[in-house]
Amino acid sequence: MRVDLFEYQARDLFAEHGVPVPAAEVVDTPEDAGPAADRLGGPVVVKAQVKTGGRGKAGGVRMAEGPGEAVALSRAIFGMDINGHTVRKVMLAAPARIADEFYVSFSLDRGNRTFLAMASTEGGVEIEEVAANDPSALALVPVDPGVGVTAEKAAEIVAAARFPAAVADRVAAVLRSLWEVFVAEDALLVEVNPLIVTAEGDVVALDGKITLDDNAAFRRPGHRALAQAGAPYPSLASLPRAWSAASRAERVAQLEEAAAAKGLNYVKLDGEVGVIGNGAGLVMSTLDVVARAGERHGGARPANFLDIGGGASAQVMADGLEIVLGDPDVRSVFVNVFGGITACDAVAVGILQALELLASRGDDVTKPLVVRLDGNSAERGRRILAEAGHPLIRPVDTMDGAADKAAALAGI
Amino acid sequence: MAIWLTQHNRVLVQGMTGSEGMKHTRRMLASGTAVVGGVTPGKGGRTVDVDGRALPVFDTVAEGVAATGADTTAVFVPPRFARAAVTDAIDAAVPLVVVITEGIPVHDTAALWAHSLDQGGKTRIIGPNCPGIISPGLSNVGIIPADITAAGRVGLVSKSGTLTYQLMYELRDLGFSTCVGIGGDPVVGTTHIDALRAFEEDQGTDAVVLIGEIGGDAEERAAAFIADRVTKPVVGYVAGFTAPEGRTMGHAGAIVSGSSGTAGAKQEALEAVGVRVGRTPTQTARLLREALPR
Repeated sequence: MRVDLFEYQARDLFAEHGVPVPAAEVVDTPEDAGPAADRLGGPVVVKAQVKTGGRGKAGGVRMAEGPGEAVALSRAIFGMDINGHTVRKVMLAAPARIADEFYVSFSLDRGNRTFLAMASTEGGVEIEEVAANDPSALALVPVDPGVGVTAEKAAEIVAAARFPAAVADRVAAVLRSLWEVFVAEDALLVEVNPLIVTAEGDVVALDGKITLDDNAAFRRPGHRALAQAGAPYPSLASLPRAWSAASRAERVAQLEEAAAAKGLNYVKLDGEVGVIGNGAGLVMSTLDVVARAGERHGGARPANFLDIGGGASAQVMADGLEIVLGDPDVRSVFVNVFGGITACDAVAVGILQALELLASRGDDVTKPLVVRLDGNSAERGRRILAEAGHPLIRPVDTMDGAADKAAALAGI
Repeated sequence: MAIWLTQHNRVLVQGMTGSEGMKHTRRMLASGTAVVGGVTPGKGGRTVDVDGRALPVFDTVAEGVAATGADTTAVFVPPRFARAAVTDAIDAAVPLVVVITEGIPVHDTAALWAHSLDQGGKTRIIGPNCPGIISPGLSNVGIIPADITAAGRVGLVSKSGTLTYQLMYELRDLGFSTCVGIGGDPVVGTTHIDALRAFEEDQGTDAVVLIGEIGGDAEERAAAFIADRVTKPVVGYVAGFTAPEGRTMGHAGAIVSGSSGTAGAKQEALEAVGVRVGRTPTQTARLLREALPR
């Protein structure tokens, strides 16, 4: 649904649409930082590329006097863990002489079903703080999706935020270019913080954030590459468990990549009860019910989110079970299906076929499966499971009862 | 009785000639919905045989409305054609448009909403990315299974499809006046509040189940509306307490709504106005039974 971009990717898109940005290069290794700094010339700012805030405080933004220091600082920054995100890319940027710092953004206003411009003369700080401490310093201006940011709308935003007259025209031009980015890239958020005025009087987007709408990927061929760049998964260093932090992160990435390759909607979590269900809302609800049941069973928690969608065919069930059973954290599995259009007898057959398929391939199929079937043809589905008498399958009639059973079987 | 959808609605299926459209046209007809035709640009003039019924296909919604007197469309077209299809329905001033399509870019949905307002807001859009609306025993527009339960006096409004089915199933002995799946997209045409207002006015509805999910502030807004305007009993359920973070609208969205968008915040907002919120779907069904007027 949402794809957050790295700062360097946002900078590239800004530049493509005519927003002034600092000269910069992005590198994948500390060694590459030297030549990059050399090309930029003079001192450079070394900036960790992570999709989270607070990197300055974490030491992820440092000033280097030249190429040698850029390499040394990059060595310290690469691999750094910032709020659970491992630094795998670093941007080197020409430093700017800052006279003033502003904030501007375009985003979706869900509640009012329209777009919203936000602008403030108090940039360079967390905009949530500005909104909380001095709401009058943050201008909110609705933007009609059918009209967009015209010259008049840009002037309205500039006036509402009370940007200084000396830079009003240049800020307005930046706003119109940023709106172009917002529309042309099908963004959910385009944010510049800070938008600076340099000592020379230029207006430059010094740092920015873009969130793309994944639903628009069909008409934005560039989105795929943007989404895949870098390593988007969190390092999970904050969740020390059986694996070392690094190997766990790799494992999580492997599971999520394997699930994505099979077209499954899967998210790895930190618990022990594997969850497979149909429909995002039902699966979310299943996670909650498992977590509640786990409170009675040693704190067992859901190990993953996996929505196999409406179809729930044997093949999809096999794909889903393969991923969930392949997760070493999983000790029990809860298959929670409400048969709407899908008939539960077909789901029951699918589960049995899936287990057979995995066993015949030599997969390790030893973890207990608690299966709850309700809705369309549930009786027939339950009968099929009962008659099969598979040693690993424990049918339970209700969602709450099944969650309790699965949490108990996780045996913490 | 029911809200928005009764046996009198005459339904055009946009995208009827596609595989999904055809499958669900069959199901809708089987559950008694008055499907009167289909719309597929470029295929107008044909007739499609659906289980022994000859349904006309039109190039535009306006032509379909003129020929059949349709007052409702169900949209089953792929995401890339959804904006044009819904625009077509809005321009034909169709009173009810149910958009089942999943995966429509939010820029398109926002533009559709703005366009609908420009045209005077005459069209109620349900969805997108929703299971549709069913008034059991009367009509069914969308993909909600018709045989979970029968007509009754409970109303239901939900962001989630399968949770709608689950609650319909839990309360199948009571039955429902109308169940509305409003969809889980960031921008939807019909909100919890719209449904609450309609259920409050509907003489056939005694109590309402409200199902929410993490993200946005629709549930918080609904809570405020309930406090001001709803006299009938409402029980709630919110999914997503255990959902991973980072799947909701980021900081900018949170500033706008004044809400964190978490399940906890939604539960608190609802409970603060006296709405009892179930911890599981089953418990929610029990609360609804307790809340029913005796």
